[in-house]
Amino acid sequence: MKEICRSVKKKDHDPKIEGRSVYVDDYNLSANGSKILCGRLLHSIYAKAKVLSVTVPELPEGYFWVDRNDVPGDNNVNIVLDDTPVFCRDTVEYIGESIGMIAGPDEKVVEELLKKVEVEYEELEPMLDLRNGKETFFDYHFGHGDVEKAFAEADKVYEEEFITGYQDQTYLEPQGMMAEPEEDGRMFVHGSLQCPYYVHGAVARALGTGPEGVHILQDVTGGGFGGKEDYPSILGCQVAVAAKKSGQPVRCVYHRREDLEFTPKRHPSLCKYKLAVKDGRVTAVDADIRFDAGAYSTLSAVVLQRGIIAAPGIYNIPNVNVTGKAVKTNTAPCGAYRGFGAPQTFFAIEMMMDHIAQDMGVDSIEFKQKHFVKQGDMTSTQGRYHFPVPIPAMLDEVDELCDLKRKHIEYSKPQSGRYRRGIGFSSIFHGAGFTGSGERDIIKATAKLRKYADGTVEVLASNGDIGQGVRTTFPKIVAHELNIPLEKVYYSHPDTARVPDSGPTVASRSLMTVGELLRRAAIKLRDIWEDGKEQEVEERYKQPDFMIPFYLDRFEGDAYPTYAWAVSAVEVEIDTYTGVVEILGAYGNFDVGTPVDYNIVVGQMEGGFLQGLGYASIEKMNYDAKGRIRNNSFTDYLVPTSMDVPNLVAKMHVEEYPGGPYGAKGAGELPLVAPPAAYLEAVEMALGGMKKHRLNAIPFSTEDVILELNKEVL
Amino acid sequence: MNGIRFRLNGKDTCYEGSAADRLLDVLRDEYDMKSVKCGCKEGECGACAVLIDGVLINSCCVAMGAVDSHEILTVEGYRETARFEALSKAFADLSAVQCGFCIPGMILAAEALLSKNAHPTEQEVRTALSGNICRCTGYNAIVNAVMNAAKEGDGLW
Repeated sequence: MKEICRSVKKKDHDPKIEGRSVYVDDYNLSANGSKILCGRLLHSIYAKAKVLSVTVPELPEGYFWVDRNDVPGDNNVNIVLDDTPVFCRDTVEYIGESIGMIAGPDEKVVEELLKKVEVEYEELEPMLDLRNGKETFFDYHFGHGDVEKAFAEADKVYEEEFITGYQDQTYLEPQGMMAEPEEDGRMFVHGSLQCPYYVHGAVARALGTGPEGVHILQDVTGGGFGGKEDYPSILGCQVAVAAKKSGQPVRCVYHRREDLEFTPKRHPSLCKYKLAVKDGRVTAVDADIRFDAGAYSTLSAVVLQRGIIAAPGIYNIPNVNVTGKAVKTNTAPCGAYRGFGAPQTFFAIEMMMDHIAQDMGVDSIEFKQKHFVKQGDMTSTQGRYHFPVPIPAMLDEVDELCDLKRKHIEYSKPQSGRYRRGIGFSSIFHGAGFTGSGERDIIKATAKLRKYADGTVEVLASNGDIGQGVRTTFPKIVAHELNIPLEKVYYSHPDTARVPDSGPTVASRSLMTVGELLRRAAIKLRDIWEDGKEQEVEERYKQPDFMIPFYLDRFEGDAYPTYAWAVSAVEVEIDTYTGVVEILGAYGNFDVGTPVDYNIVVGQMEGGFLQGLGYASIEKMNYDAKGRIRNNSFTDYLVPTSMDVPNLVAKMHVEEYPGGPYGAKGAGELPLVAPPAAYLEAVEMALGGMKKHRLNAIPFSTEDVILELNKEVL
Repeated sequence: MNGIRFRLNGKDTCYEGSAADRLLDVLRDEYDMKSVKCGCKEGECGACAVLIDGVLINSCCVAMGAVDSHEILTVEGYRETARFEALSKAFADLSAVQCGFCIPGMILAAEALLSKNAHPTEQEVRTALSGNICRCTGYNAIVNAVMNAAKEGDGLW
């Protein structure tokens, strides 16, 4: 292993483990010593309604009501489009939409006052049907080859529908933002967030100040997983408007139930797949993909793009036709969550390939293997896999870990008795970095290094440490290139007043893209280094020359410069009396290129792997006929504990990417994507296979196992 | 002398507020014990766990009246001990701290276990930490760190 892989003590280890790190809820006073007002939001109780009137009770001195009439600038939050309001317009579009905020010194008083606000609604019929919803925010289509001809000439055509549910990010620290008016007239907004410059743009627009009128700091952030990509822009605008009106610092920290119920989650999906098979090979795929976007478009465009690009999986299928729709429903807007649209479509294609193999009477591992893409093959968008595809070797390594191939055949045979076993297998890619040419055309990342007279070097970038370790790995890269001790290089939480825009903390891009800018900046600094002098260097993103330009209107070209790869196998044992599924072992093999700090990367893989298993099994969340999410507490929305998957193994396979620092590729999202299909295939196998129990929906819980088993009795 | 008297991190303390106040809020707001985190406020996540007479308890589910004459330990007190040092080093060696929000509770859960069982099996560690949710790590690093601390810190517990 390379020197850079060697694990170091994380730079934020001591303050975090000693309980000294200051998360947004931990400030006693504002930066200038003022008391902080507590802001709490009034949420809509209907999924769709006209707001006819809002009557606010008389407020004690020092308490403020804030709504859209107080927004000095634009009441539209700048995300991808600008359809999300800061505070609701004439209608509310989902249960939980913010109507207004009360801010004041005492939280209990604020809560009491909120209960006294009278809202007169005219209830309207909500749209809550993903399958039949007509209103779409985005409607994409792409393909290549001659799909019709392939279906006409097929030996057999397979059709199946796949359903995936919500998944909540469930970062341990709930959403929280704080705004402080500063003496120079600027608004200082900080909190738990992933993308300081997203919040910057949104708050400047809502306040109507222009970019120089605000600055945004990322506080220590207790987890994100995508959930703090867009929502902090909304909450940041709301507290900023309240701070503007009151002239005082205002903080709003969500309660867990508000967070689970009202903030963005993974898009539920309905994927209809049709595959043509001729002479034992898949010759065409036609995929019709619907994502439940919720009430506003927020990040659905980009989530859907990543999802549909992955629709054919990692298989070389010559004829491809894909449509994707982000359907509007009157529910909380869905947003970013680790995997970003790809877990839904990979689940569908992986299950589909497995079911076709079962129908053909061949082992699905062999069947999938016959279709794996190779270096040089065309991608779904007519780009190229420019670099080696290590999946066959990774599959063999997983086989060594858990005897996959033998068990896969053995458990497929008829089983009897109370306990029955299954083993599932899934392999996926994750496109590294932004989809398409977003990095070149939209983000245009800039990163800087500032060397001080005493020889210490500060990293200036806008990527937040949300637990993934960039406060350690960024300095590691710089220290390595400058050949100075790691203690001499530091990276503080970014404040847009002092750091350039190196882009958001999303898309598994920070280490690969910004890390590479920092590596190059460090080489520049090394070349001009003068002892005792303050020096600064800057580096800007350049798109790699080898990339085939991507055209979003046609979905053509290289959607990603390279890919991270993963193979997962999950072995289960089902108790047919109780329906309980025990995971005997979960084995993952991950290629994220060079791990720039082995422990940190393995920690990412293990954490994401377990989230993927939760998504497949116990993490159930849904809305009722009124559009209300009922699973809004940890009692009703279960996430895995330390007891659930004791035997979880993450192995690293290294296929270096020359465009990333020391060969590193995108890492964070990869491990979540493969486990769901591996899990469900294992459960289906234990239940006797597709012909007895055809499974095509996640999450698949103990209750679902019981329901399936009951079918045998009836 | 109507206050609620208890020991907080080794110091005699008297709380003059209501017996119905929530221990979590009082620790954070009155005594500035900010290591005690609020993750759900309904006893499910373990981020606010403290030790009361050595027993791991979610402070969000404790009324102040119930702590009268008891001994409370938070990470603010525990971090001064050699046992904490051993745990911290073991966690650092495996980079077991990611976002950090669950970690003070995890550390106290580990102490609650090791003080009763200095040489736990992996299964016992997993059971002892099962009331503390971590969304970042997948638990392996944390479980292994506690096992390593028990081994390396032999004699401390």
